Amino acid sequence: MIERTFILSTIVENKPGVLFRVANMFRRRGFNIDSISVGAIEETGLSRMTITIFGNENVAEQTVKQMSKLVDIIKIQVLDYEDAVRRELALIKIQVTSNKSLSELTNYCSIFRNRVIDVSPGSMIVEVTGTPEKIDAFLDIVSGYGIKEMARTGITALQRGTKK
Amino acid sequence: MSNMSGSKALLEGLWNEGARVVFGLPGGAIMPVYDAFLDSEIRHILARHEQSAAHMADGYARASGKPGICMATSGPGATNLVTGIATAFADSSPVIAITGQVATPTIGKDAFQECDTVGIVTPITKYAFQPMQSQEIPAIVKKAFKIASTGRPGPVLIDLPRDVQINVANMSFPKKVDIRGYNPHITPHPVQTKKAADLLMNSNKPMIWSGGGIIISNAAPQLREIAELLMAPVVTSLIGKGGFPENHPLSLGPIGMHGRPEANKAICEADCILAVGVRFSDRSTGRFDEFAKDAHIIHIDIDPAELGKNKKVELPIVADVGIALKSLIASLKRKIVKRDKTLWSKRLQEIKSQIREGDFGSSNELYQPKIVQKMRELLPSNGILTTEVGKNQMWGELYYQAIEPRTWITSTGLGTMGFGFPAAIGAKVAKPEVPVVDLAGDGSFRMTENSLSTCIEEDIPVTVVILNNSTLGMVEQWQRLFYNGRYSGVKLGNTPDFVKLVEAYGAQGLRAQSIKEFEKAFKEAINSEVTTVIDCPVAPEEDVFPFVAPGRGLNEVIFNSEDKN
Ligand SMILES: Cc1ncc(C[n+]2csc(CCOP(=O)(O)OP(=O)(O)O)c2C)c(N)n1
Repeated sequence: MIERTFILSTIVENKPGVLFRVANMFRRRGFNIDSISVGAIEETGLSRMTITIFGNENVAEQTVKQMSKLVDIIKIQVLDYEDAVRRELALIKIQVTSNKSLSELTNYCSIFRNRVIDVSPGSMIVEVTGTPEKIDAFLDIVSGYGIKEMARTGITALQRGTKK
Repeated sequence: MSNMSGSKALLEGLWNEGARVVFGLPGGAIMPVYDAFLDSEIRHILARHEQSAAHMADGYARASGKPGICMATSGPGATNLVTGIATAFADSSPVIAITGQVATPTIGKDAFQECDTVGIVTPITKYAFQPMQSQEIPAIVKKAFKIASTGRPGPVLIDLPRDVQINVANMSFPKKVDIRGYNPHITPHPVQTKKAADLLMNSNKPMIWSGGGIIISNAAPQLREIAELLMAPVVTSLIGKGGFPENHPLSLGPIGMHGRPEANKAICEADCILAVGVRFSDRSTGRFDEFAKDAHIIHIDIDPAELGKNKKVELPIVADVGIALKSLIASLKRKIVKRDKTLWSKRLQEIKSQIREGDFGSSNELYQPKIVQKMRELLPSNGILTTEVGKNQMWGELYYQAIEPRTWITSTGLGTMGFGFPAAIGAKVAKPEVPVVDLAGDGSFRMTENSLSTCIEEDIPVTVVILNNSTLGMVEQWQRLFYNGRYSGVKLGNTPDFVKLVEAYGAQGLRAQSIKEFEKAFKEAINSEVTTVIDCPVAPEEDVFPFVAPGRGLNEVIFNSEDKN
């Protein structure tokens, strides 16, 4: 069976212990969370957890069913990967050894529409926002310069259009 | 609305939900609730170990169909409950556990007898609550009952900080509670039921496999109706025994590792299996890829996560099995193009007649299967049998015909030794008018034997039959079969003298050396006003067969140790 990334968009109660219950279910069933992002939604008292997992259809189906059984999960939806608006933010600290590399890097940043947040002696921090694929592509290009540190938020996503 | 303490609100809430008895053992962090018991009509039954309190609540729940309540203090009291809660979870039993906790300002400070009870039980409960304010208690109790007893039932825990038990608040008891993330789906999709009816109608060799769900859903009458309508034989899972009368001509008994050989054989030949309220446990199916390879499978269960979890099936239906069977019966009745099942019936007769197993002649020797058959003979059909775990349980599975729902109570999912005796006590509290018997091994009985004090002090008479082989028999059997007889850690020796032991508790102890003596002792025991333990010294080398070795398909039944290769 083909393995791929699934994005689970879930609405959960915003109260203590919910993340623990979700994480515990994944551990207990031997599933793996690739990325998770949590934040407020339009209704108070609720949050959205966007979880990405990698696996085949069966694993995705079981994950959704086991998630649905958790009492604190109000709603769960598997987003259509291509049709969803997917965004991730990455902060990347890149090694800068010369003026030449600084100008090359600045150049790449403008091509990718990234923002340079900080330039210090020997390094710069770049903010990249976009699909995970865009972040990966940028990383491919700059990895030769030396990546000192990186922080990625994981995907957050919404389904396009009227479907709720 | 009225002012009262959290403890009083807890007991009122329990009372409002129909609870009349709580099994427990107190300690510092739950003392305010124990004090409130003195002003409540709820009966408290004192266990001698919290594990037993949980099993008693579980036995009560399984015998009555209503949630059973157990209670313990924080820290070690709560951790002692864990085995019982896990046992109830594995068998979908509605147990509500209430634990004390250190006061809210000390939570997280590693106070005396503080432990993270909610954290520990989260994977083995449907939900765990920890109210931080007394006024949350009435709604939480109501939610606990709703979650524990609806959908696929299971244990729920309420962890009560000490100050929350003490504080007085203006309490309002809701008539209804809404839990946004909890809405079990109970009615089947009509298209799916129609498809199921078609599959069944067009099959030549239909079979029904029924599980614990039938008993939980009180759907035994519907099961019987559909079986007779289709003239389909019925096999069960281990926990499903009693969902269909095992003395019915269509009954083939349980399938699985220690199932009836005729059931295991027949299910391999069925062309359409209606699996209702089962979860495709490996102990039932044998190798998943070998199980019912050529049959259409219709799987009905209230828990969507069970559909397709262990085996992909052709037609999954999410629903309460009772409701689903009703609508399935209605669609079947509309069709009535009866297939000719005479070939199938003939074949089933043939399978049954090839299996001689189960006829043990008239010898007076104390032979385990015969003891079990005797028990069936002497107990009324509404008498309740619980079992421990091990060979005793497997002999019960093979030779004890369960006739009515909720009369066969055994730990199947977790396989907990020590479950049967306290579960029998809980069942007896639920059904005081019927005899309740624990079929035990000597190893298992020792694990919770101190519950004898509860029987005596609380006047709850049950019977225990110990198949005493002086070993941890089931493990010894596996060592004999799969480890070339290298016995390790299984010999229990001849201590204690069970008759003397139980007499020390004030119970009646009898010993049977022959079938005749057993018959006499058993009759006396089930009619006795006092808890009676019958010690039956039996041969340790007597193993349980037939048997499907682990990792094998159900068609590979072995009948004795020579068969094993
Ligand atoms: C609490 C617990 N510990 C260990 C086991 C593993 N186990 C399964 S059967 C068995 C032997 C049971 O011995 P006994 O109760 O004497 O019954 P017998 O098999 O001899 O009938 C053991 C140790 C278990 N199921 N439960």
